[in-house]
Amino acid sequence: MLETRHLAIGYSGKPVASGIDLAVGRGEVLCLLGPNGAGKTTLFKTLLGLIPVLDGSVAIDGKPVAGLSRRSLARAIGYVPQAQTMEFAYTVFDLVLMGRTAHLGPFAAPRAADRERASAALADLGILDLADREANRLSGGQRQLCLVARALAQDTPLLVMDEPTASLDLGNRFLVLDQVRALRDRGFGVIFSTHDPDQARDLATRVAVISNGGLAAYGAPDETLTASVLSTVYGVPIAIERTDSGRSVVTFARS
Amino acid sequence: MRAITTNGLLALGLLAAMLLGCMLGPYPIPADEVLRALLARLQGEGYSPQIDTVLFQIRWPRVLSAALVGAALAAAGASFQTLFRNPLVSPDILGVSAGAGFGAVLGILLALPVIAIQGLGFATGLATVAIVYALARALRSQNEILVLVLAGIVVGALAGAGISLVKILADPYNQLPAITFWLLGSLSGIKASDVWNIAPAVVVGLLPLILLRWPIGVLSLGDDEARSLGVNVAFVRGVVIAAATLVTAAAVSASGVIGWVGLMIPHMARPLVGPRFDRLLPASILMGAAFLVLVDTLARTAARIEIPLGLLTALIGAPIFVWLLARGRRVWS
Repeated sequence: MLETRHLAIGYSGKPVASGIDLAVGRGEVLCLLGPNGAGKTTLFKTLLGLIPVLDGSVAIDGKPVAGLSRRSLARAIGYVPQAQTMEFAYTVFDLVLMGRTAHLGPFAAPRAADRERASAALADLGILDLADREANRLSGGQRQLCLVARALAQDTPLLVMDEPTASLDLGNRFLVLDQVRALRDRGFGVIFSTHDPDQARDLATRVAVISNGGLAAYGAPDETLTASVLSTVYGVPIAIERTDSGRSVVTFARS
Repeated sequence: MRAITTNGLLALGLLAAMLLGCMLGPYPIPADEVLRALLARLQGEGYSPQIDTVLFQIRWPRVLSAALVGAALAAAGASFQTLFRNPLVSPDILGVSAGAGFGAVLGILLALPVIAIQGLGFATGLATVAIVYALARALRSQNEILVLVLAGIVVGALAGAGISLVKILADPYNQLPAITFWLLGSLSGIKASDVWNIAPAVVVGLLPLILLRWPIGVLSLGDDEARSLGVNVAFVRGVVIAAATLVTAAAVSASGVIGWVGLMIPHMARPLVGPRFDRLLPASILMGAAFLVLVDTLARTAARIEIPLGLLTALIGAPIFVWLLARGRRVWS
């Protein structure tokens, strides 16, 4: 339901990458990989309508994103940024409540129904007990889950997550990835970026590898996350080993 | 629920401060007489000629002006702190006080009537921020807020230089003391008719801040997050800057430059109602109004001469601010 055609992305007219054709539908996970600076975040900002499309198009349910109002866009696609410390000490609940913004009347503050929706989103992720805690004082993983809850409260069929597992410890990483899987199974369309090919192989319906100003590979995980693609994109020799249990693991191929 | 109760108590506090402001002065009026005189006035009757004169010609306009100016400065401070995601921002961050100050001292230099001095201060205050905004837009940058604040510092410094120039040109025996006194802030010149000059601008400026209280709060998450949550960032930011500038210019043109209120009051309100702007704004308005009514009452009763308001707010504000800082990071929580 989200589709890009010959999309060129970049800042103030300078393209970072072009010729990007992607699609993600309900119940699908699109995983985005690529070296630092390849344009993963730029692509996300373009999909969210935060920076203009340089060329080509982004459409949600057939409607070009450029023609949608902020409000309609925020009802179609939710954004889970990387969790950062905020200047003001909002509670987890208040932060999640802000997810309701696109559903409020022009001059209104959230009502009882919005507060219930925020509580439900927290309960969905099993973190309702954190509601009254100060978001800044949570662990990185809890804060990331809190932002996922905010996106759930936003009630959008599509979710964009910018490296949701970066800077998380092992336990929190599993916790967040498990929620991505659960969201997929509940019919959400999820796009997320990661630096870990094994994560992508585990979760993704499709994988897009962005590098050198365009898509280096796009398709099913097994077709895209090959030793040759990864070696070319990251510029180091990479091998893929198969464990006894049949899982593929990416390793550094020392020469 | 807690925030609603807190704001109710703050409203009662404001009424108590206003009552106290009406009672105290060289000619003290007991509380019950103030209330009876007010009631009689509401019914269109006189109470006692002497009390009516003191109360309605002198004290009530002054108390009301202090409440309006305090509410305006605190609301502008809370709005700018939230908008700029910086708890150290005050209402004059974009140069409005310096701009309004330049217009007003120019008016004093040209020996204009009081109403014209206020009008000129108001106009130059608004013009300063318009220039700052236009400059920031012309410079175009990824970091819009940084450019805006830097443009505010530049234009504000220019207006400050203009004030210095006017002070050098001013007659040192009559005009210079008047300019200095005005720059320190005072409501001593307020007349009943002045309330009608301040009130409309303050109400017109506060209204959009109250209506947009929720999206303004969401803006504190940063531009990208606010946009992705459905906020029209450019529009809301434009409205906040225009509205906060309007109320600050109205306050400064009437009362002179009163520092600290806009910086400090939101910091005092956050521990009571939390950082959410839809709760912070009403709390700041009520606390700012009550604070300035009390400070102004002190300014006209504590000594034989009027103490400039800016002096008192600094004397009271600095220690309170240090105390708030010493309480740790919870200050802006």
